[in-house]
Amino acid sequence: MLASLLAATDFVAPTVDYHALAPEIVVAAGLCLVLLVDLFVPDHKRWVTGTITGFVLLGAFIPVATLAVIGGDVRSLFDGRYVVDEFALALKGLFLLAGYVVVLLSSNEMEEGHYYQGEYYVLLMSSVLGMVMMASARDLVSVFVALEFLSIPAYMMAAWRKRDRKSNEAGVKYYLLGVFASAVLLYGMSLMYGLANSTRLTDIGAAITGEGDKIGLQVLAVVFVIVGFAFKVSAVPFHTWAPDTYQGAPTPVTAFLSVASKAAGFVGLIVMVYLAFPQASDVYQPFMWVLAALTMTVGNLLALKQTNIVRMLAYSSVSQGGFILMPLAVAGTGDAAGPALKAVVVYLMIYAATNLGAFAVIIAVARKTRSGEISSWGGLFNYAPGLAVMMTIFLASLAGIPPLGGWYAKFGAFRAVVEAGGGWGYSIAVIGAVNAVIATAYYITLMREMWMKPAPDGDETPIKVPAPLVAAVALCGIGTLVMGVLPGAVARFGDLADLTHAFGG
Amino acid sequence: MITDQSWLLSLGTFLPLVGVLVMLFIPKKNEVLAKEVGLLTAIATLAVGVYTLIQFDYDQAGLQQFAASKDWIEPIGATYTIGLDGVSLPLYFLSMVITVLVMIYSWDHIPHPGNAKAFFILMLVLQTGMAGTFIAQDLILFFVFFEVVLLPMYFMIGVWGGENRQYASLKFFLYTMFGSALMLVAFIALYIVTKNAPGVDAAEANFSFAWFLEHGPDVTKTTAIWIFAGMFVGFAVKVPMFPFHTWLPDAHTQAPTQGSVILAAILLKLGTYGFVRIAIPFLPQAAVKWAPVIAILAVIGIIYGALGCLAQTDMKRLIAFSSVAHMGFVMLGIATLTPLGINAALFGMVAHGLITGMLFFIAGSVKERYHTLEIKRLSGMLIQMPKLGWILGFCAMASLGLPGLAGFWGEFPAILSSWNPADGLNQDLFRVLTVIAALGTVLAAAYLLWLYQRTAFGTPSAEFSGGGHDDHGAHGAAGHGDDHGSDIHDVNTFEWIAWTPLLIAIVLFGVLPALMFDVMDPAVQNITRVFTAGK
Repeated sequence: MLASLLAATDFVAPTVDYHALAPEIVVAAGLCLVLLVDLFVPDHKRWVTGTITGFVLLGAFIPVATLAVIGGDVRSLFDGRYVVDEFALALKGLFLLAGYVVVLLSSNEMEEGHYYQGEYYVLLMSSVLGMVMMASARDLVSVFVALEFLSIPAYMMAAWRKRDRKSNEAGVKYYLLGVFASAVLLYGMSLMYGLANSTRLTDIGAAITGEGDKIGLQVLAVVFVIVGFAFKVSAVPFHTWAPDTYQGAPTPVTAFLSVASKAAGFVGLIVMVYLAFPQASDVYQPFMWVLAALTMTVGNLLALKQTNIVRMLAYSSVSQGGFILMPLAVAGTGDAAGPALKAVVVYLMIYAATNLGAFAVIIAVARKTRSGEISSWGGLFNYAPGLAVMMTIFLASLAGIPPLGGWYAKFGAFRAVVEAGGGWGYSIAVIGAVNAVIATAYYITLMREMWMKPAPDGDETPIKVPAPLVAAVALCGIGTLVMGVLPGAVARFGDLADLTHAFGG
Repeated sequence: MITDQSWLLSLGTFLPLVGVLVMLFIPKKNEVLAKEVGLLTAIATLAVGVYTLIQFDYDQAGLQQFAASKDWIEPIGATYTIGLDGVSLPLYFLSMVITVLVMIYSWDHIPHPGNAKAFFILMLVLQTGMAGTFIAQDLILFFVFFEVVLLPMYFMIGVWGGENRQYASLKFFLYTMFGSALMLVAFIALYIVTKNAPGVDAAEANFSFAWFLEHGPDVTKTTAIWIFAGMFVGFAVKVPMFPFHTWLPDAHTQAPTQGSVILAAILLKLGTYGFVRIAIPFLPQAAVKWAPVIAILAVIGIIYGALGCLAQTDMKRLIAFSSVAHMGFVMLGIATLTPLGINAALFGMVAHGLITGMLFFIAGSVKERYHTLEIKRLSGMLIQMPKLGWILGFCAMASLGLPGLAGFWGEFPAILSSWNPADGLNQDLFRVLTVIAALGTVLAAAYLLWLYQRTAFGTPSAEFSGGGHDDHGAHGAAGHGDDHGSDIHDVNTFEWIAWTPLLIAIVLFGVLPALMFDVMDPAVQNITRVFTAGK
């Protein structure tokens, strides 16, 4: 049977560049290892699964680093359907490190909450593996597989506090809307396949030229694909799942969703915009413009009235997503393709460090206050000045105040749209500038609570922060500061000359 | 550009941060050690400043000295370019002096709720931001330093301020943030426009001031006017100019004394400095178009600020409104686009820093003694505290522009210069403004003398002269309610140390204004050359 199948398709095994695939292989092997270890360790030693996960993710970072150091040609596998270039490496590095920080955030939470630990870390690693694959996927099938690979474990993780109804709600909401988005995306993809008769993105890019009589179908295909990813990156009006899911899920999972999962969605979107329909800029640009303007404005306005800190950060992350979308609204105008891509990649990196840091502090503070209300943060500066200062740094970075990372992220986004110029570019820049100011209003509410209000119940006992959380806060804090003071360091990762050439050309 | 000792400015700017790092490891309880380290750092920074003052080549004050240039954020063309010329030297040095004096004053005046360590750390961070803004020779670097001061000042007002501190600090923050967001967009737009201009090698483009000085004037007029508008809002909020001034009275009134002094002496100058250093020389063609608008708003500010002063019942709020009026004179000088006007403006900036800084110090000390700043409840200060009373009188005279004191040399030449504005400006309009601005000085005399009369003359009110015997519990606002008289004492040692340098400087620059004019003039001539070239 097998022999006849092989004969029929004339199958030739592709040569595999194992070095290029090493990060995925390491994570996949680690996944199996944790599953096995989980079977054999007694309950009270289950924490070891978390430790192994941490090491695996760091271990997978090694081949990413070696690949980046060796550099050289773009490694193209499987007929150009799976590509390891600088863009992919930069994002793989981001996903692995973000995954590692999430492990640090989770360890105490999982241990003390008596959750299933082995399974949690297996799912976390699967999701990270999906993201790592997404960074390289250059084919409809591999993009879709990567997307599902990263999403499905996340649905379960969102519902990890299974005795908590809110967490269940979080999981179910996320699952239903996520699956719906996948269906829309698949529909768009099937139209694309119909247009190009190929699943390879570059072939599709050649087919969707905006000329000929298929224009209606092309528009539908492009719009459906964007809508599919818009759910993933929680762009308004497809954001409705985000606040409930973020609030209900365990906080480390929320951190993971709001940073890594969102970034993966953006990676998929970038790949589609730059490879599958770069020529349809008259379709996707106005659509992205509206999405970006709506996302940052609505996200901000809703964030203003939140009293729960996780919900506030959820809306803040919706609004940050608008800033990340902003450069894509001009990606096809003039020479803006390069700066826009750089801006998005750099924004994702800085945003990841900052937002993970903010969640790390939230987890640390919640250990004492056992509350998610912003009002419970009163007096933090008096009894935990270190945490208060770090949180201030993260919030200021999110608000885009120099010399913290966020300013450079915003700067890049503004620069890309101003560089593109024209009515579309300048108008979105002004909308962005106004939103940047509105956003400071709610970040500052929290700062005010920490610095200027008394502790709500007069309880000023210091907070004991466990070592993994200290490590996470320190890592993110250093990242946020360094990327703000010497942004050249990250800007180099975003300096993807050959990639933009490949994408834009 | 003179590149000797190019490390000097970086040292002077970042030394406070070293102190901050050390202070982070001092336990919060050990307040004395924290204060010592903070003050020592500030004094060391000032020593670097004094050395800079000595090493500065005054014969070439028009050139950037101690200049350095390094790559910083290569992908976007931002550089670490710094330098100091006659325009920035006085302000750079003033920021260092003010920080030391404010710290000395803080030694026994840490406002409620205490925590000297955090308070001193914030002052040091502020110092870095202020000094950095004055040495930056790159737009992005300038922007970063310009913004660094924002958070420390926000916390200084919000944590250590008066009753309404949260509202005031939020207002301060949002106004400034709004201005700087538009300013940043304007900066980027200017960069892109100059980079893509015909006949320009785009690969050469960068954010250094030198690039914009060369290519900014070539920007087409319409574009330039729009870009100038963005910068205008950013700087005008900081100055603050009418109608963007409303954050100032609240911020000043609610800020702790130290915050008010730093705000008045240095932070407001960041805005006017931005006009002189960035907006006007980079976009002279737009500056000519905007100058009448600036001048009109400046004169409205003068009159409005003065009338506002006359309506105040709170001494500190009155001084805050007088800042609006004084910065109006500064902006009027700048708007003339003449060497005389801009020299006057720069002098006015320093003079206002010295005098209004001093007035806020006095207000802080009055509040500490009487627990109130309500003008109608204060009187007879000259009898109860003759030294404090005389110092207040001296500063009020300086503030109203009495010849022989520093305030005069900021105000008078500014009014004078507006009689003959630069070519291309509407002379009739400016002459009308001259007359109105001159009326403003009369109003200034009115509100300052009125303030002085009501607080210092007369006999001490019964409320405060009882020496603690009488019960005045009815005045709940008086804080401690019971023992008013006991806090009333004349100027103490820390106050003398903190104030004497300022008082000396007010007299010195009043008698010998050339000390500063000679330093600034060559640099100012460089800025205004483009407007006077036609003559």
